[in-house]
Amino acid sequence: MSHLFALPWLLPTPPDFRARAKALARSSTPDETEARRLASYAMDFSDLEMLGKAVRAQVNSWGAKSGFTPFKIGIVSSHTMDYVAAALPGTGLRHGVLIDVVLADYGQAAQQLLEPASEFASRNLDGVLISLDYRALGFADLRLNAREAAETVSAAVDYVSSLADGVRNTIRATCILQTIVPPSHAIFGGLDARIPGSPRAMTERFNARLLQEVARGKDLVVDAAFLACQVGLHAWNDARGWHKAKLPASLDAVPLYADHIGRLLGAARGKARKCLVMDLDNTLWGGVIGDDGLEGLVLGQNSVVGEAHVALQRFILDLRRRGVVLAVCSKNEDATARLPFREHTEMVLEENQIAVFMANWSDKASNLREIAATLNIGIDSLVLLDDNAREREQVRQVLPEVAVPELTEDPADYITLLADAGYFEAVGLSEEDMARADFYQANSERISLQKVGNLEEYLRSLQMVATISSFDAIGRVRIVQLINKSNQFNLTTRRYSEGEVEAFENNPFKFCLRVRLADRFGDNGMISVVIFDIGSDEWSCDTWLMSCRVLGRRIEELVLATVASAASNAGAKRLVGTYIPTEKNALVAEHFAKLGFAKLSELADGASTWALDLETYRSPELPIRVVYANELSPAAVSHA
Amino acid sequence: MTLIVTVLRIDAKPEGKPTMLRAVGEARLIAIMRDTFDDDELVYRDDLTADDVIGWDSLSHVPFLATVEKSFGFRFTSAEIDSLKNIGELLDVILRRATI
Repeated sequence: MSHLFALPWLLPTPPDFRARAKALARSSTPDETEARRLASYAMDFSDLEMLGKAVRAQVNSWGAKSGFTPFKIGIVSSHTMDYVAAALPGTGLRHGVLIDVVLADYGQAAQQLLEPASEFASRNLDGVLISLDYRALGFADLRLNAREAAETVSAAVDYVSSLADGVRNTIRATCILQTIVPPSHAIFGGLDARIPGSPRAMTERFNARLLQEVARGKDLVVDAAFLACQVGLHAWNDARGWHKAKLPASLDAVPLYADHIGRLLGAARGKARKCLVMDLDNTLWGGVIGDDGLEGLVLGQNSVVGEAHVALQRFILDLRRRGVVLAVCSKNEDATARLPFREHTEMVLEENQIAVFMANWSDKASNLREIAATLNIGIDSLVLLDDNAREREQVRQVLPEVAVPELTEDPADYITLLADAGYFEAVGLSEEDMARADFYQANSERISLQKVGNLEEYLRSLQMVATISSFDAIGRVRIVQLINKSNQFNLTTRRYSEGEVEAFENNPFKFCLRVRLADRFGDNGMISVVIFDIGSDEWSCDTWLMSCRVLGRRIEELVLATVASAASNAGAKRLVGTYIPTEKNALVAEHFAKLGFAKLSELADGASTWALDLETYRSPELPIRVVYANELSPAAVSHA
Repeated sequence: MTLIVTVLRIDAKPEGKPTMLRAVGEARLIAIMRDTFDDDELVYRDDLTADDVIGWDSLSHVPFLATVEKSFGFRFTSAEIDSLKNIGELLDVILRRATI
C-alpha cells in the first residue's frame, strides 16, 4: 500500500490527465461526468491546481443545475493556507461539492470575523474554517510553571471561542473548527505528556477543550491532529517549509488535507455515501464459495488471511451500527452465496443485516443500479468493495458516480483503505442513524462495564457463551492445529494428523468435541478439543486439551459436564482419564483430581489413571451460556 | 532518470561548463518550468530569474522547488534554498545533488 499522502484508495492519474483537465477548462459545454472522473484520480498538488482552474472556469456553467452542490468557504489562518485553498476546488468535485474559497491574509482572523464591515461579512460565506497553528496560540515554548501553562491554554481557548462566535453571529456561517497538530519533537521525551506546559501537553489540552467547550452541535470539525497522527508527525510537519513559507504542513500533505476538508463539506451537504455494497468471494471471506465449499473458505482463527477477513467483517458491522446500509453484489448462485451466512461459524455478518442481497451472474453495474433503486437512494450514494480489479474497472467505466476504492492484493489492507477513503464521513450521529442500526442500544447496554467484587462475579460479568460442536470439516484445520501444538494444558499430548482427525469425525466409537468461547470482549475462537473412547461401561479420555488463554474460566467443568451427560445417557457407569506427564504439562497434573476423579493408579513413568463415578457425579452450575452446534446431542451419541 | 545516470558516468565534468549532462538537465528543468508556470514559450538561460517569468512568484516558488526535488530525486537544504539567485545556480545545485 502506498503512503497515505498518495491517497492509495484512488487510482493514479493517467498520462493524459493534464491534457484532459486543460480541455475541461476550455470546453464551452463542460462535461460533469468527465469532471467527476478526473477528480476520482489521486491528484498531486500540481494536478489539483490544474483541475481547480477548470472548476473556476466552469463554475457558472455548472452552477445550480449540476449534480454538484456549491459551498463557499472562507479560511482564516495563522499560516499559509494558499496551497490548501488552491487544492480545494479540484478536491471538492470528488465529494460532489463545488468549492469556492475566500482566503484571508494570514494573521487576519479577528479582523475578518469580528468586524461586521469586513470582507468576509460581505461575501455570503457558507462556512468559515478557523485554521490555527500551535505556534500562533503560544504553545511553541516550554512553560515550566503549570499555572502559566493553564493560562496559556485558556487564553487560546478564549481566542478561538470568540472567533467561533464571530463566524456564527457576525458572518452567520457554519463554523468549521480544527484541532491543532502538535509539534513532532519532544523537549523532555515521554515526560512531555505529563508536563502541563510542554508544547505537546498544551496542544492536547487545547484540543480537548476545543471539542468540549467551543464546538457546538452544528459546527464542523476538521480533526487535523488525528490526521497528522495517522500520517506520522514527522512526515506531516515540515520545518523547512515552515521557515521558507509558513507552511502548516508538508506540501505533500496538501492533497490529503484538502480531501479531509472536502469530504467534511460534502458530508455537511448530504453528499456522504450511504450504502456499502460488498463483493463476497475473496472480499468478505478468503476463497470462492462455489469452488471451495464451506470447508475450503479461509475465514477466522486458522490463518492470517482468515483473520483479516473476520476483522474486515467486524469493521463493516461497526459501519452498519452507525447507520451505513449494507448490500451484497456477488457473481454466484443465490443459494451458494448465502450458505456461509447461514452455516459458517466464523461469519460475523448475518444475512438479516444485508438490506439487498444480489447474487447472480449479471454484470455488477446493472446490479448496482438495481440496489440503488431498491433502496431508493442515488447511485452516487454507493461504495463498492470488490477485490477483483476487472469488476472495479467495469463499474468505474459504466457508473463513475459509484465510489470504488482501489484495493491491494492483501485483505489485511482493506479496512485501512476503506476507512481512509472517508466515504462515510459523518458530521454528527443522529437519532435516525441510531434507529437504523436496530440493535445498537441493546448492544451498548450489554457492553457497559460494571465493577466486580469476586471471581464468580467477574466470570458472570464476562457473559461467556461456549459453542460446543462435534468434530466437523469446518473446524478440522484448527482442531489439527490445537492437537499438534498444545503443550501445557494437554493431558496426553497425543498428536494426530489431519487424516486421522477426519477419520474420527465418523467413527462411532469416538466422542469428539470442540469448544469455542466468546465473551463480551470478543471471540476467543476454538479453545478446547476433547476426544473420549466410547465403551459400554466406561468412556476413556484419549485427548483433552485447552488453550491457556481461557484458564480459570471453568471451561474444564463445562467440558466434563458435557461428556458426563453424554456418557450417562449412553448407559456408561464411569469416565476414565489418563495423565501422561511431559516436560511442559505439569500444569494439568492435578486436572482430574480437581474435577472430582479418584486416582486409580500411578505408574513408574509418572503417568496416572483416574476415574469418575457417573452415578454420584452432579454437574455444577456454571457462569457460561452453552450453545450446542451440529447435532451434538446426547441422543445422537447413545446410538453408538 | 536512467538517461541521466548513464550520461553522468561517461561525461561528468566540472561545474559550469556546458556538458551533455548539463544540456539534459536544462531540458528537464525547462520542461518543469513550462508546466509549472504555464508558459510554453519559456527558453532556458542561466540568468533567468523570477522577475522574467509571469506566474513565478513567491507562492508558486514552493511547489516549483518541490517538483524539482521529486523529479530529480533529492531534497534541497535550507541553505541551498536561501542561496539560489537564478536558474543557472539552481541547475548547478541539481547537477551536484541529483542522486545516481
